[in-house]
Amino acid sequence: MAVPALARQDADDPAPLEHAPSPRSWGRAFGDIRKAVDQRELWGHLGWQDIKQRYRRSVIGPLWITISMAVTAAALGGLYSQLFGQPIGTFMPYVTVGFMIWYFISACVLEGTETFIANEGLIRFLPAPLMIYVFRTVWRQILFFAHNVVVYVIVLAIFFGQLDQPYRMVNVVPGTDGEPGILHPGLSWWALLAIPAFIVIVINGMWVTLLFGIISARFRDIPPVVGSFMQLFFTMTPIIWTTDLLQGGAPGSIKAIIEQLAKLNPFYHFIEIFRAPLVGQVQSWTHWAVVGVITVVGWSLALIALRNYRSRVAYWV
Amino acid sequence: MVSIEVRGASVEFPIFDAKNRSLKKSVLGRAGGRISEQKVPVVEALRDIDLTLGEGARVGLVGHNGAGKSTLLRLLAGIYEPTRGRASIRGRVAPVFDLAVGMDPEISGYENILIRGLFLGMTRREMERRVDEIADFSELGDYLNMPLRTYSTGMRVRLALGVVTSIDPEILILDEGIGAVDAAFLEKARDRLRDLVGRSGMLVFASHSDEFLVELCDTAIWMDGGVIREQGPLRDVVSHYKGRDVFENLSPETIERLERASVTGP
Repeated sequence: MAVPALARQDADDPAPLEHAPSPRSWGRAFGDIRKAVDQRELWGHLGWQDIKQRYRRSVIGPLWITISMAVTAAALGGLYSQLFGQPIGTFMPYVTVGFMIWYFISACVLEGTETFIANEGLIRFLPAPLMIYVFRTVWRQILFFAHNVVVYVIVLAIFFGQLDQPYRMVNVVPGTDGEPGILHPGLSWWALLAIPAFIVIVINGMWVTLLFGIISARFRDIPPVVGSFMQLFFTMTPIIWTTDLLQGGAPGSIKAIIEQLAKLNPFYHFIEIFRAPLVGQVQSWTHWAVVGVITVVGWSLALIALRNYRSRVAYWV
Repeated sequence: MVSIEVRGASVEFPIFDAKNRSLKKSVLGRAGGRISEQKVPVVEALRDIDLTLGEGARVGLVGHNGAGKSTLLRLLAGIYEPTRGRASIRGRVAPVFDLAVGMDPEISGYENILIRGLFLGMTRREMERRVDEIADFSELGDYLNMPLRTYSTGMRVRLALGVVTSIDPEILILDEGIGAVDAAFLEKARDRLRDLVGRSGMLVFASHSDEFLVELCDTAIWMDGGVIREQGPLRDVVSHYKGRDVFENLSPETIERLERASVTGP
């Protein structure tokens, strides 16, 4: 049967064969994203389903997410504040917020590598935009995150008295002659900056999931490698320790070098833009600048990967 | 406008985990596509497919196991984009492939209906409106509240067919698995599929069952070793493939019904 001349066509209608764009085109890549956004009911439902699934037949269900977060924050916050000799009233909120956002970021990276592999059955049997699975994965992490916000609210309620005034995380920086740590301004309306920070982190979570998902679908060594690196990054990122401890090293000393190295860790900057406002700490705009650059570079790489390999993923999984 | 156009399309799978050594020996195996000798072995599941299907096409797909039927269906569903050549699919596609996949065994039949519908481009509200009709058609009743893992294969087929036929797809793609239902339901499903095809749809259907093919299709494609070996009227193609006339064994009533349908049908 002949294909009729192309008079009017809506945007979703693929062009007839002669004009069909090649599988590797920007049009198809952005079309994939647009269609996935249109199908938000689908990935929204699948994301919820994932959480319900994990706690199926458990009595308090997703409340376990909140409880386990609370236990972690209390135990590690309590332990490390004593180990480092830091006031618990300011250290506990610091650890809680750090964990909250670290869980989100590391889950985007770790589950991002699995995003297409885990949805293999759906990808190979139902025609759907690839971005559905990316959105599903990130949406699931957002829902987890929302459960953990409860813990922050509780911790804040308990320690508000210590946080709403200027405070020092570290009274005396170790290895110096009694030099005091940085004086933080305390909680203020700047805390609202955490909202755009979280949005930026989510936007980054999407490119991470997309890019790592595509690479991992092709190279199955990536997920375990990423897994062990994330373990390393957890200890290298100031989550259960603070960079305030690294202040005041003499130029050229090991301490000063470590302080510089800590800044090379991209996760540090992501954590900082979200955590600093929520615990009333000094906020440096360099973190935002670094995050901005990573966002642009990361999305560019992810879009190139989507353009070139979108149609290949079904063959790889 | 519903149409499928495929020109010179090939589908080649890279097999990353295969051992080269053992593959070299089996390059000329009978079943399956050709396997090339490269660094990463490639299975050529489909080669140089040319196909044009228009509104109202009812195509049966026959061929041995591994001849490329399922791969061709997935190419037509838009799941695989050809590695060489072009494919253009216009119209809303609803595929039913392997029934164990794409459904979540842990959640209820209702939820699976909803998710399946969302995947096929429905909204949640549209699916909620159809759920009673699907429950009615599939005759699953209260079972829809049970997790899917408690379903038999036949019950899953009922569910899947209920969903795809209720959403009025323009292109319906069925793999052979749907033969797993009982005769009474088959009859019901057949009527519904005929209806659907009558309403401007298109049907591509892989099956080994003569009866199903003659009831639902009017043309056929014979796949062999990843290429289209023959394409044409159903009776000719299937007879060549099977080496006997498939219409010979049909009961007179069936033939009568078919003739009646082809007169009143599209």
